[in-house]
Amino acid sequence: MIPTEDQSADEVGADLVVVTCSVNGESARVSVPPHRTLMDALRNELGLTGTKTCCAEGECGACTVIVDGATVNSCLMLAAEAEGCDILTVEGLGAGEPGGLCDLQESFLEAGAVQCGFCIPGQVMAAEYLLRTNPDPSVDEIREGMSGNLCRCAGYQRIVAAVELTARKRATR
Amino acid sequence: MIEQHGSEREALRTVGAPIRRYGGAARVSGQQDFLADLPFPDAAAVALVTLPVACATVTGIDGKRAMEMPGVIAVVSAADLPQPVPRFGISHQDRPVLADGEVLFHGEPVAAVVAETLDQAEAGAREVEVAFEERPGVYNVDQALATGAPLVRDPSRRPEDDENRDSNVLETALYEWGDTTAAAGEAAVIVENTYTFPMVTHFPIEPGGTVAVPTDAGGLDIYSPVQHPYLLQRTIATVTGLPLSQVRVFAPDPGGGFGGKQTPRLEPLLAFLALQTGRPCRLVLSLEQTFQMMRRAACRVKARTGFADDGALIFHELHCDFLIGAYADVAPRVMTKGSYVGAGPYRIPHARTASRAVMSNTTPSTAFRGFGAPQVAWATESQLDAGARALGLDGLQIRRRNLVNVGEAFFRGPYEATADGHWHEALEKAAELIGWGQPLAPGRGRGIAVAIKPGATSGLSQSLVRFLADGSAIAYAGTSDMGQGARTLWQQILADELGSPLDKIRVVSGDTGVVPFDLQTSASRSTVFMGNAVLEACRDIRKRVLALFAESTGVDEAMLSEAPGVLITPDGELSLLEASRIALGALGGEFVGQGTARMRGRKGHPLGGDAAFYEFNCTAIEVEVDVETGELLLHRHVSVSDVGTELNPIQVTSQDEGASIMGLGHSQMEQLLLDDHGVIRNLGALDYRIPTFKDVPVELITHGIENHDGPGPYGSKGISEGALLCTAGALGSAVSDAIGIPIRDLPLTPERVWTALHPDAADHPGGEEPA
Repeated sequence: MIPTEDQSADEVGADLVVVTCSVNGESARVSVPPHRTLMDALRNELGLTGTKTCCAEGECGACTVIVDGATVNSCLMLAAEAEGCDILTVEGLGAGEPGGLCDLQESFLEAGAVQCGFCIPGQVMAAEYLLRTNPDPSVDEIREGMSGNLCRCAGYQRIVAAVELTARKRATR
Repeated sequence: MIEQHGSEREALRTVGAPIRRYGGAARVSGQQDFLADLPFPDAAAVALVTLPVACATVTGIDGKRAMEMPGVIAVVSAADLPQPVPRFGISHQDRPVLADGEVLFHGEPVAAVVAETLDQAEAGAREVEVAFEERPGVYNVDQALATGAPLVRDPSRRPEDDENRDSNVLETALYEWGDTTAAAGEAAVIVENTYTFPMVTHFPIEPGGTVAVPTDAGGLDIYSPVQHPYLLQRTIATVTGLPLSQVRVFAPDPGGGFGGKQTPRLEPLLAFLALQTGRPCRLVLSLEQTFQMMRRAACRVKARTGFADDGALIFHELHCDFLIGAYADVAPRVMTKGSYVGAGPYRIPHARTASRAVMSNTTPSTAFRGFGAPQVAWATESQLDAGARALGLDGLQIRRRNLVNVGEAFFRGPYEATADGHWHEALEKAAELIGWGQPLAPGRGRGIAVAIKPGATSGLSQSLVRFLADGSAIAYAGTSDMGQGARTLWQQILADELGSPLDKIRVVSGDTGVVPFDLQTSASRSTVFMGNAVLEACRDIRKRVLALFAESTGVDEAMLSEAPGVLITPDGELSLLEASRIALGALGGEFVGQGTARMRGRKGHPLGGDAAFYEFNCTAIEVEVDVETGELLLHRHVSVSDVGTELNPIQVTSQDEGASIMGLGHSQMEQLLLDDHGVIRNLGALDYRIPTFKDVPVELITHGIENHDGPGPYGSKGISEGALLCTAGALGSAVSDAIGIPIRDLPLTPERVWTALHPDAADHPGGEEPA
């Protein structure tokens, strides 16, 4: 259990909502005001700062996490909506793997897909979802599947290569 | 600069190899701490108060109601700051810490609210009452230059002998050789056109922010993801009156910079808030706020160019108006440096470039990848194509005819500049890779363009390297690693020069309290400047090992020599680690090496000095135009840069691909749009489009020309900006080739392309140009 409490909440006059969910395989419980996004709850209440904030309006994908098996812009989901959900963040992706990185994360490094790195956690989560739902995607399918994640360093071509590389690794596993 | 030896380059193990990015594992696993991720448990939150207009006189600020809100600690406006309100800036000290009686651009803060939590600070900010009167502002070049235009900067704040004092022109530049007027008679064809380049914003995925922490000793620790930590340190010291020793800047890695995180903006305000409240003060920007803090200067270029029958340039005249915004920032330098190479890398007997930095009530423009060169190159490259069309030549032919050879001057006069690379090789390689001259499918067009950008014209980078007793090593190098991968290069240099394993090398940066001085991370300088400093520090260590080895063993120094990773003794080669152990003896210890790369400016030079190197790029694009919708499909995009030596090929490729796509942004889709009040209409990611995965060309091919002829380590040059210098020219040329109509205004949106195809449907800027 990771109990936390947002002390600011009642000071702006909102009742706290208690949310219980699973985050990276661990049970988590947070008390947040109803307007708190899942993104802010993950970052500020649970200290999972691998989930990044950029546009905060669902356009850039930097805050992408997987909720109950589907990718979500965590800036567009309220923490309260996560009651009972199973949430995977970038911190949980490589947990238990040698070196703390999964094959997909290794592929990002191998393919040179990481530049400034700020968008990368979101990219990795989007790619993980893509490969779970389509283990052998074409380049067009990768571009389509990843199109909700912006990279201003524009490492797009390297990221596509990393996804392809991971698909090959997984196919021969 | 350091002399390079071919034999030493051959001895390298990691330089030239696609070594994985330093810090990459932390970035893919979410463990990398960016500014917003750093814990400051006691920090107060800051919210800014702004106006819904761009230009206004502020008549009163009342924070009483805000102060009564829960959790609010302070409401600070200009009246609460030292008087007169401190102003700062890199070229003009014109930017106030907080708006002082007037607001000059949309988003300029008039007050700040400090509170226990962000919710409380934002709630408090909404209660601050600001009385203001909107004034007429100027938001584009025409408005700013009109007779009787409202002045952005009050003449009383300009020198009395400033001839532009009563206008919105802040600075001008004039570069001229030959006699363009007289030469007009020699030209077989003259083309004359006007080109525009839009305001675009950097849109770093990390919006950034600042945390200012008062120290027990009365100083300040400033955390900000900046490209120039030492400039920020100096700025904070100057505005607060603190000594440099009491201001320590921590610069967490920027999550993308692109020039937008060079100069201080809100950091001085955070410094005063921390000093006044005695609390650590934290401001994390929204993406919308970064739009209001940084952008590229828009530019209008009027061009007149004359060619001989064979396509040879006779003369080239440019009038460039850069719309720089409300405060100077580095924009005057962007104007002078971008204009310096405005005429292009060509052999031109007569040239004249007259440029102006024009103030406006818009976000102050600043450095942005390419630093003024892309704006002018758009015009010059389009003019080359216009000349080619008029003469029945193609884009490759006319560039072959005019591009300078190595050592030949493209800028003439007392401060002439010459080609420092074999640029024709890049042109030919790009032509080959795009398939120039091969038949095109219907609806398609092909274009090719070239451009140059001067690297740094002066600089100072200092580095320390510690070679530890177990052969591991630490480099202290102040370059900000914002995605270009600077630290990976330092790691590679240490590995090869000291023989240390890559995984035992650490790089320390981003802390002015620990890391030696580095002027800045800009102008693609770091590989050359800091790279040479790091290399020198490594070689300094080898010399020290040699000297101490001689002293410890009694072997004559003259009998010893050193080479990358080894000490050579009369009894054979020792690894540097073995040699250092013998040299250090029972006391142990370590070796510390120091390196400095200093390039002084040149008095009288219009840029303050000769460029350390030039970035040269040739881009070629094959595009398909959907005539029904005006949409563009890029089938192939080729970028070839003159890189000297690729120290890390995968990083060079990443930079070139990234810059190419960023270039497509301003060429195809990006532009900041303002309403009548100077308010940004497309403020945020929903309405401001940048390239996505789906905008990547079907084939994107980058290539580096390596002649090992750069001034950096092992013959390297800076490379990070080249690939977007002439993207617009190449794309414009390809579109024009496909539809038979040149378009002279960026970006080439579907609407603009469609309008060009349907001239009867709306007003459009078309018409062929031979005069």
